[in-house]
Amino acid sequence: MLISKTAPRKTLFWKIARHLAAIVAIVLLGGLLSATLVRLAPGFDSDERELDPGLSAESVRALRQSRGGEHNILRYYSGYLRAAWHGDLGTSHALGQPVQSLLRERWPVTLRVAGVGLLLAWLLALLLAFTACLWRVPVYEMMGITLSGAFLCIPAAVLALLSVILNAPGYLAIALIVFPKIYRYSRSLLAKAYELPHITAARARGLGEMRVLARHVLPVAGPQMIALAGVTVSIALGASIPIEALCGLPGIGQLAWQAALSRDLPLLVNLTVLVTLVTLLANSGADVMNYVLQPRDV
Amino acid sequence: MNLARKLACVVVVFVCAVSLAANWLAPVGYAKQFREAPGAPPSHEHWLGTDEVGRDRFARVLYGTRISLLLAPAAALVSTLLAALVGGLAGYLGGIWLRLARGFTDLFLSLPWLFLLITVRAVLPLNVSPLTSVLITFLILGLLGWAAAARVLSTSADALRNSDFVLQARASGLHGPRLFLIHVLPNLKPVLYAQFWISIPVFILSEANLGILGLGVAEPLPSWGSLLRELEGLMSFREEPWRLVPLVLLIVVMTSFQMLLSKEEVTA
Repeated sequence: MLISKTAPRKTLFWKIARHLAAIVAIVLLGGLLSATLVRLAPGFDSDERELDPGLSAESVRALRQSRGGEHNILRYYSGYLRAAWHGDLGTSHALGQPVQSLLRERWPVTLRVAGVGLLLAWLLALLLAFTACLWRVPVYEMMGITLSGAFLCIPAAVLALLSVILNAPGYLAIALIVFPKIYRYSRSLLAKAYELPHITAARARGLGEMRVLARHVLPVAGPQMIALAGVTVSIALGASIPIEALCGLPGIGQLAWQAALSRDLPLLVNLTVLVTLVTLLANSGADVMNYVLQPRDV
Repeated sequence: MNLARKLACVVVVFVCAVSLAANWLAPVGYAKQFREAPGAPPSHEHWLGTDEVGRDRFARVLYGTRISLLLAPAAALVSTLLAALVGGLAGYLGGIWLRLARGFTDLFLSLPWLFLLITVRAVLPLNVSPLTSVLITFLILGLLGWAAAARVLSTSADALRNSDFVLQARASGLHGPRLFLIHVLPNLKPVLYAQFWISIPVFILSEANLGILGLGVAEPLPSWGSLLRELEGLMSFREEPWRLVPLVLLIVVMTSFQMLLSKEEVTA
């Protein structure tokens, strides 16, 4: 017999430990990859400040020396990790501010824009997908497919431009980028679940639609939807770069854009680590949640 | 093939054919400036008007479509080949190789696609010749876009490695590259085709994103990305609706690709 029973604590502990170990390894590698990329990028050594005619030869030498530690990438990265362990994330070359304070200033903006965008996207997609499955009206279904298809075809940067033209908030652009992916996937999951024989039997016995949905459909489609929730965090974070850059929102996305353009090694390494960490935590969180909620044989 | 797919196929072929005929349909070229008519509305001479520096917008749309539509499949080919090399071989070899390849693809997939793409493109030289910018843009798409396909291919190749016919071939004395080329790779073809077709619209959209941010194809060469960048100065849709033509064209072509895709995905 299958009943919902919480996952054994010991197995859950090892599952979380494995996830954490993988996250640490991937985040460290991601940071190293990003540092190597910036170090190898053409023009890494050039600093615009050196072109200032008002600077003395000594100042130029001091500027060069300040970046001297970044030439050997392994030495730089180990130094960065040591400093990060003690809470020092370095100083941005382009903005001249400690990375820690930049992240503290910018993170709430991205959290708000991406968070509200994600929430809106999920609400709209689930509303359309559930009603399409419940009502099963071909015109309504076609409308949902057309709407999601249209937004799937528009680049994130165009949606950002359109939100500027229409004076719409940035989170709406994020919602419209994420919505079609959630709608299409959840619509297909729900449709497949509704085709299962036990659901047809439940309906034939006269069980109410909402009860069928809550008791029989959601337990089948739920785990994959939770996994999708983890993936949508990554999509929203990626979309926040063009949206924040074009809509003038001072968040992490705009910061990443500025850091990449100015080849700001400390800032870019920290941002890569942060973005990778958030993405992996979202995906692992979804995986662990699925494991916890999974019904087990007893 | 149902009617919608046939229609989608006709649209893609028609747009490709028209863009390939750009030299005849728009002999003025994409770079010629009509200095007496900058920002002109549509007319007999300029069907879609001119841009801010007086270049014929119709010609730029045709040439831009050619660049985006021809180079996205080229980038998709590069990424599919890389995916076959990394994912296919790792799945076939199994063991430590499979674990290494999966770890590497996980690393790539843990970074959001747009974050990775924009960051890598931004740190590479931007002040380059138009032709070099085209090469850099589409090469980056090809070189960075292989991870998801490699993940799928590694799983398929792993399943094939333990299949009956591969075990029998192995028992008959076939090993190494010959076994991979004769028995494994041909069976990966449907997955490879599907990954190739899935990558094309993804790369078209990615190029458009890069172009709008000023990281794509350099001026005066047009691409859908650089054409869509014109929307930046638009104050309202009623003002100059003809400036939306590249966006409408992009949506039409992308929708057509979506309709064509489902069959490939099903086949895979």
